[in-house]
Amino acid sequence: MVIAYKIDVKLYFIIKRRFGMNFFKRSFTVFLAILIGVFFTTANGFSKDTFRLGIVTFLSGAAAGPFGIPSKKAAELTVKELNQGKVPAPYNKVGIAGKKIKVVWVDEAGSATKQVEEYRNLVQHKKVDAVIGYISSGHCLAIAPVAEELGVLTVFYDCGTPRIFEENTYHYVFRTGLTATIDSVGAARYIVDLKKNLKSISAINQNYAWGQDSWHDFISALKDLKPNIKVKTVQFPKIFQGQYGAEISSLMMKPADFIHSSFWGGDLEAFILQGDARGLFEKQIPIFTCGEASMFRLAKQMPKGAIVGARGPFGLYAPNNKLNRWFRKNYISKFGTSPTYPAYKMVQAIFGLKSAAEKAAMKKKNFTQEDIIKAFEYLKFKAPSGTVSMDLGKGHQAMQGIAYGQYEIKNGKPTFVNVKWYPAKCVNPPDGMKSIDWIKNGMKGAKCN
Amino acid sequence: MNILVILLDGLVYSSWLFIVSTGLTLIYGVMRILNMAHGSMYAIGAYTAATIVGIYFNHGFVPWGSYFFFISGAMFAGIIAGLLIERGILRIMYGSDEVIMILVTYAILLILEDVIKFIWGVEGYFAYQPYTYLGRSHIFGISFTNYDLYLIIVAAIIGVILWLWLNKTRFGKLLIAVINDQEISVAMGINVTKVYIITFAIGCMLGALAGGLTAPGISIVPGMGIQIIIVAFAVVVIGGLGSIGGALIGSLLVGMARAFAVHLFPQIELFVIYGVMALVLAIRPHGLFVRAKVRKI
Repeated sequence: MVIAYKIDVKLYFIIKRRFGMNFFKRSFTVFLAILIGVFFTTANGFSKDTFRLGIVTFLSGAAAGPFGIPSKKAAELTVKELNQGKVPAPYNKVGIAGKKIKVVWVDEAGSATKQVEEYRNLVQHKKVDAVIGYISSGHCLAIAPVAEELGVLTVFYDCGTPRIFEENTYHYVFRTGLTATIDSVGAARYIVDLKKNLKSISAINQNYAWGQDSWHDFISALKDLKPNIKVKTVQFPKIFQGQYGAEISSLMMKPADFIHSSFWGGDLEAFILQGDARGLFEKQIPIFTCGEASMFRLAKQMPKGAIVGARGPFGLYAPNNKLNRWFRKNYISKFGTSPTYPAYKMVQAIFGLKSAAEKAAMKKKNFTQEDIIKAFEYLKFKAPSGTVSMDLGKGHQAMQGIAYGQYEIKNGKPTFVNVKWYPAKCVNPPDGMKSIDWIKNGMKGAKCN
Repeated sequence: MNILVILLDGLVYSSWLFIVSTGLTLIYGVMRILNMAHGSMYAIGAYTAATIVGIYFNHGFVPWGSYFFFISGAMFAGIIAGLLIERGILRIMYGSDEVIMILVTYAILLILEDVIKFIWGVEGYFAYQPYTYLGRSHIFGISFTNYDLYLIIVAAIIGVILWLWLNKTRFGKLLIAVINDQEISVAMGINVTKVYIITFAIGCMLGALAGGLTAPGISIVPGMGIQIIIVAFAVVVIGGLGSIGGALIGSLLVGMARAFAVHLFPQIELFVIYGVMALVLAIRPHGLFVRAKVRKI
């Protein structure tokens, strides 16, 4: 609006100087001023009563159950509470910077090409002010350059590939979720801490980018910490295979101290059901880096003692702070189940955006998208998972630590024992360094104490 | 390396593949329809079985009784779905080109995927009780679930029943007549429409039975039907489309090849199924059990 006003004033004086000011010319000037005002108002998008937020997550397909639906529930709950001003401080102001949030939902199911089409539709036709979304790393990689092209603030909340900000620099793109690097480095550190005389490892991961990258990061980090580690067997079954009989036999025939798996969703649950029924986990301890998302569903079927990750300080690993108590209490009372890590990550993205917008609003009443972006860079904001620092990727990538623990049921409820916390600088590379290079060079500079 | 473990793993997987693919090949053999909606039958069977297992165990009935209910429930769901598809859609399309029928059944697969989501939602289902109830056996140094071992027997029973049905019953002989020459069969007074209805319903029932039998060992999630159709297709193509014996040999080839790959060369596990298919088709383009026929004009 400020820009529009300045242009209007300039235009008024130019026309007055050039043509003088009769009634017609004055009317024309006013009309032009209104047009320009309207253009700049909609282009900046922040002078309306509502904040139109596009949220993209899996609403159908195999990733909907474990990730998309918990994320959607968390978003619905948070947006509703924010619009009613019921969230505890520092988020007790209504909506985003006083504007009520209106969500436009998009299903993430489908190819990267479809995501790009849907994203363009969100921005160009649905006229959203910002977009939060994306679970699939492939989708994030495809959307980031399109967000730059269209110039719309986009917050990735869950996808894990570190390549987003390690291989490119983006102006409009932020990620409040953490990279997959911390899952692997944290898991490697945890098993070394848990078993000092660790000798061998096996693995089963899905045969696509996520599974391959997770295993390579994990084994590279583990070899840094235990150079003599022996790899017994590494299985890469097809994604959504569902039947793991031969893989389980192979893992049983070559027993190792631990079995690493970044399986998720139905594949993870099928592997656990089949492995548990055959006694696979009785002598080998499984590490499920994404296990927390299935933990409450599996409950008694989840093997006792399994090492379970939540892809950051989420779920039961989240600290006992005011925001976490608010979130857990409301989520459980509304949906009858505990929130899992995708739900936490969604709330984190909404709070990150709100923090940046309100920081921008404090400096300038009629703030623009550029003001939010400036405020978002290197922002520190509160979330149910603790304090989030946007310290990586030139201020566009969140950095937090990670916790790992072993699964147990106490008083009929899933919980963790032997929980160990690894600070952000222990599991993340320094800003500007690629994760894989950092791991391959011995994770130099890691600060774990 | 214990070769016997590999063979047993291969046999378990082959049994599952045979149960999954036999309905697909039966329908193609009789009706010349490559039924892509077979994947949906598998999913419907699995969801039905999971629902029945959930209800059954929530009521605290004796566990062994659940096998009868979830297996027969899945089969019943398959028959009903098959009849609805055949009478509702396919009968209008009879006479169309085989490629058109693939597209029609693919469309049905997509529609049914959404119907499944509409009925059961997008969150996964478990039906693990029948899987764990039978316990496990220690064989060749490692343990196997008895449920998986019984699948080998179930696959053998299905194979024998199908063989007896096709070769020793009057309807089976009518079916073979229709498979060999539909026009002559009509001329001889065989009610081909009735043969089609029964074949399609039984084929769908076998697909749903496969899903029902698989359900206790997996997490039942949306999209599972689409995943299964690819591997079932590979099996029936290897054996020869329309051949029950071919499906058996195709299942054994794929199951054994995959088991050996998993144990000896896990890096090529994904490749091996399609590698076997490519090799067979390079040598016998119509599959192992189907001979090239002179086309009628």
